[in-house]
Amino acid sequence: MRITQGAFSFLPDLSDEEILAQVSYSLDSGWAVSVEFTDDPHPRNTYWNMWGLPMFDLSDPAGVMYEINRCRQAYPNHYVRVNAFDSSYGRQTTALSFIVNRPAEEPGFRLSRTETQDRRISYSISSYASDKPSGERY
Amino acid sequence: MDTSAKRSWDFQMNRADQPRADQPRADQPRAMESGTALSEGDPVADAEGTLLLDDDLINLYEEKEKTKIEAILARLDDELVGLGPVKTKLAEISSLLLVDRMRKRFSLASSRPNLHMSFTGSPGTGKTTVAMRMAELLFSLGYLKKGHLVAVTRDDLVGQYIGHTAPKTKEVLKRAMGGVLFIDEAYYLYRPENERDYGQETIEILLQVMENQRDDLVVIVAGYKDRMDKFFESNPGMNSRIAHHVDFPDYSIEELDQIARLILKDQSYYFSKEAEETFREYLNKRMTQPHFANARSVRNAIERSRLRQANRIVNSQAEKVSKDDLMKITAEDIRLSRVFLDL
Repeated sequence: MRITQGAFSFLPDLSDEEILAQVSYSLDSGWAVSVEFTDDPHPRNTYWNMWGLPMFDLSDPAGVMYEINRCRQAYPNHYVRVNAFDSSYGRQTTALSFIVNRPAEEPGFRLSRTETQDRRISYSISSYASDKPSGERY
Repeated sequence: MDTSAKRSWDFQMNRADQPRADQPRADQPRAMESGTALSEGDPVADAEGTLLLDDDLINLYEEKEKTKIEAILARLDDELVGLGPVKTKLAEISSLLLVDRMRKRFSLASSRPNLHMSFTGSPGTGKTTVAMRMAELLFSLGYLKKGHLVAVTRDDLVGQYIGHTAPKTKEVLKRAMGGVLFIDEAYYLYRPENERDYGQETIEILLQVMENQRDDLVVIVAGYKDRMDKFFESNPGMNSRIAHHVDFPDYSIEELDQIARLILKDQSYYFSKEAEETFREYLNKRMTQPHFANARSVRNAIERSRLRQANRIVNSQAEKVSKDDLMKITAEDIRLSRVFLDL
């Protein structure tokens, strides 16, 4: 099951040119771009591992593309995303975040129901991939 | 009332059916448009816009006009005195790039030329200024995407402990991408006397990026001629990746004089008749002394005479000061220099 997190995730995967265009839009807006990766696709997994520090003072997207490609090389079967952080006063939050790399096969999520007090049911989901220890998934 | 409401609704419907070309459609991702808007101003896109047929002709004048080469070269000519060989080299490089651009439109083979350069010359001969113009030139020809200049020295590239150098160098390289990376006094990167010096690591990363990411970045290394030669000797890989070696000659005394005039004019000052002669005398003496830094020394000398002029005016006890007084630098202001005192 294809996971849909961040912007553009319902579109077909972005090509490198499209990623470059998005990153250059972010840089032109004065946002600091960073690259992150993970192998835990749970929707509540907010903090992914950082691939290097966020990149400040860039003016050309080529530098970001370079890091994306290095991250893809190191973790070809992980999720890799690009974040753009808007530090302007009053916003100070992630302005754009989208996935640039995903595993070839995404097994999807298991829905588990637990019966609790008074026959109430609580639901939780977990990825089939995360049954294995980190690093051996996908 | 009923009909007018319906009409306006109709009107809106019509508008919605035929979205105006200049309005972004709602279903397009927002950032996408900026991507296309960016490429409009991109000179490369212009060049590749239309492929020409074999018997088509290109208007050379228009092509020059579009890339603004002439304007940039003319500005270089105005702003920089002398430097004949440098200007010739620059004109040659820009002509090659222009021809390459035109060849591309006929879909003739045109590999991206190697644009890394080395600028050698004494201090104050305008290496940084020329590098800045070079960045502009390459940008307007479409060989650089942004055309900014990132000037660095050893300190910005080489780390202080193991594992510090690579990220530091890479960060600088990323910042320079799309523009020119100007490494001043590049020979300090290589310190043969200390074999564990981290400079070697920087050179290796530099070489790799210079080779693999030629499209994204132009590297200009600069420094004194003799030391640069030694640097290239011990780093043959660096030498072979640099296509253009430009040597900046020292300025003659006439040229230095001309530079002084330009600086003065810029700051709305002028030399009195005697001051002109005294300044020549000053230059003659200063040129033989150590640490003479060509144009930079001239600039500093003028700065100091401005100080002395200001001091003279303030302490003159004259009742009134004219505009001319404030602009004129007299022989006395120059003669008080250390250069004359020493003898």
